[in-house]
Amino acid sequence: MIDALSRPQSVAVFGATSQIAGSLLQRLRSPALRHIVLAARPSPARDSLADSLRTDTTAVTVLDFDASDPDSHSGVIDAAFAQGDIDVTVIAFGVLGNQADFDADPASAVEAAQVNYVGGVSVGMRVATRLREQGHGALIVLSSVAGERARASNYVYGSTKAGLDVFATGLGDALHGSGVHVMVVRPGFVRTKMTEGLPEAPLSVGPDDVADAIVNGLRHNRETVYVPSTMRFVMSGLRHVPRSLFRRLPI
Amino acid sequence: MSDVLLSGWGRTAPTRAHVVEVSDAAHVAAALLHAPARGLIARGLGRSYGDPAQNAGGDVLDITGLTGITFDAANGVATVAAGVSLDALMRECTPQGWWVPVTPGTRQVTVGGAIAADVHGKNHHVDGTFTAHVARMALSLPDGTLVNVYPGDALFNATAGGMGLTGVVVEADIQLLPITTALARVDTDRFDDLDSLMAAMASGDDQYRYSVAWVDAGTRGTLGRGILIRGDHANAADIPERKRTLAFDPGTLATVPALVPNGLLNKASITALNEAWFRKAPRQRRDELQSLTAFFHPLDMARDWNRMYGPRGFLQYQFVVPDSAGHVVQRTLEALRMIGATSFLTVLKRFGAEGPGLLSFPRPGWTLALDIPTGVPGLAAVLDSLDELVIEGGGRLYLAKDSRMTPRTLELTYPRLAQFRALRAEIDPNRRLNSDLARRLDL
Repeated sequence: MIDALSRPQSVAVFGATSQIAGSLLQRLRSPALRHIVLAARPSPARDSLADSLRTDTTAVTVLDFDASDPDSHSGVIDAAFAQGDIDVTVIAFGVLGNQADFDADPASAVEAAQVNYVGGVSVGMRVATRLREQGHGALIVLSSVAGERARASNYVYGSTKAGLDVFATGLGDALHGSGVHVMVVRPGFVRTKMTEGLPEAPLSVGPDDVADAIVNGLRHNRETVYVPSTMRFVMSGLRHVPRSLFRRLPI
Repeated sequence: MSDVLLSGWGRTAPTRAHVVEVSDAAHVAAALLHAPARGLIARGLGRSYGDPAQNAGGDVLDITGLTGITFDAANGVATVAAGVSLDALMRECTPQGWWVPVTPGTRQVTVGGAIAADVHGKNHHVDGTFTAHVARMALSLPDGTLVNVYPGDALFNATAGGMGLTGVVVEADIQLLPITTALARVDTDRFDDLDSLMAAMASGDDQYRYSVAWVDAGTRGTLGRGILIRGDHANAADIPERKRTLAFDPGTLATVPALVPNGLLNKASITALNEAWFRKAPRQRRDELQSLTAFFHPLDMARDWNRMYGPRGFLQYQFVVPDSAGHVVQRTLEALRMIGATSFLTVLKRFGAEGPGLLSFPRPGWTLALDIPTGVPGLAAVLDSLDELVIEGGGRLYLAKDSRMTPRTLELTYPRLAQFRALRAEIDPNRRLNSDLARRLDL
């Protein structure tokens, strides 16, 4: 159960090896935290993350998880909830890709859509069923401001996040009053290994900033969180820029 | 019958449950038999601060429909349905010259809730807890059978303070206390520091049936200065005839509106309230006659006062430590002042002997209770460190107030927990009774 100070006792992260997930897990550590489920593809990074989080009072379960294979998801989610309620579930997986590569290999664009959108829907729907049954819990979905308005430079990625974002936002409304809190997180440019080598956009943040914003959002029951928070107003403006002008903007 | 979000008095961590209304013992048994996989828990007037009367994804039994008082004014024994509030019981019996022998700071708790939390009052050092005055409980067991349990029974001791997890109390016989007036004779003393306050309590509490201290937990003034309020029932023979009365008709002065913003009660406002409260108390006053309402339940004058803390809510931190760990009281006030976690309702009291309830909170020593808004930065870590002091000192936290302790803290501080768990496993193997508190703490 999440306690009066918004501290979860159990957390499950899908896409646990993302840097944002790592930063978030560090922040959710507390004497109250009893169980962490790390769902990710097998890797040394996943195992060392598990070792770093395990304590006398916090157990860590590691699950093999492939976001691009929806048929396998129901088994993984059963395993994640096998030991009891999960207070906070995080959908943290996603691929950024590169528009030039997508253009050269349309199959890779399909793959990105499969992971980011189809995978998100697949995990989100199944987790929502569990959370509705348990009558409490939070689902955190990592979206992106890229999903708010398509840009020529990364519209495939943007469209996958747009789909995920609309899905998660609608799910949040569907679950209103069910005791389940859905939080959609829309970071701007995040400096992680996923974005390494890309030119930094204005208002860029680090994974720790995103994690801080999520913890704060949990505390205040926020439904939509922008990181940095000023991004909300920037996007609000950009949304209304005419297309003829928008496509010429250097963003 | 409907699905609703429920939280405790502190308005933190709401969860959804299916609320089932009941009006008699047969309904209660049926509800238990049809309890869903996530179980059922009884809920009275929702005055527990944290999560004991909520049950995420399961059923919550609204017992306030269990009403009815049969009172025998010859021997002062009241047979009361579990959903009856202490307020209703007092309105019925006080005019007949009988008083509810143990009352917490509010009358707005049910008899069932008072048993489940084994509540205490200002007279714990003399009269013990609520269940010390219960002569019989009718308990609907998890399998739906209705049994009478009596003091000394294993089931009685597990149910007293058992947070509703041994069965649903349907009815209880309560031995009331004879009184000749509905007035209290009150002595008030103001102390400029914690040491002198605690010294006066340690040496003088035995001379009073009722004793409690209010402590200034703002950020101004000497740490722990306070007001000691002690008294007893006023005897009709000792007061002028025109003042004698058994009338009991408490009113409500105000209702706090539903939409109070977060942060109205903050460090500055709470400190100012503390300052004013301290200054308005007399340095010393003797034999003041007060109504029983004013003496026992001043907060009941404001309805829904928990809304004052805004939608983010608040928590109450209440611990007891033995005399040998009395320093924890001061350490707590210091640590909370350091992070600006001010409290207006800060109550210090000495407890008497421990009762037989397996999870009953009181034990001899000092108990301190503070109401703190949950938004204070750094609060979680400070309370965790205070838990360690309580553990080291041989004390414990009160389940009816708790909304954040860990299973480890519970295990280290409730020596009879294993006994409770064993009994629960025996009478309720399928966990028909369950609550968010039980899940959080592995009760």
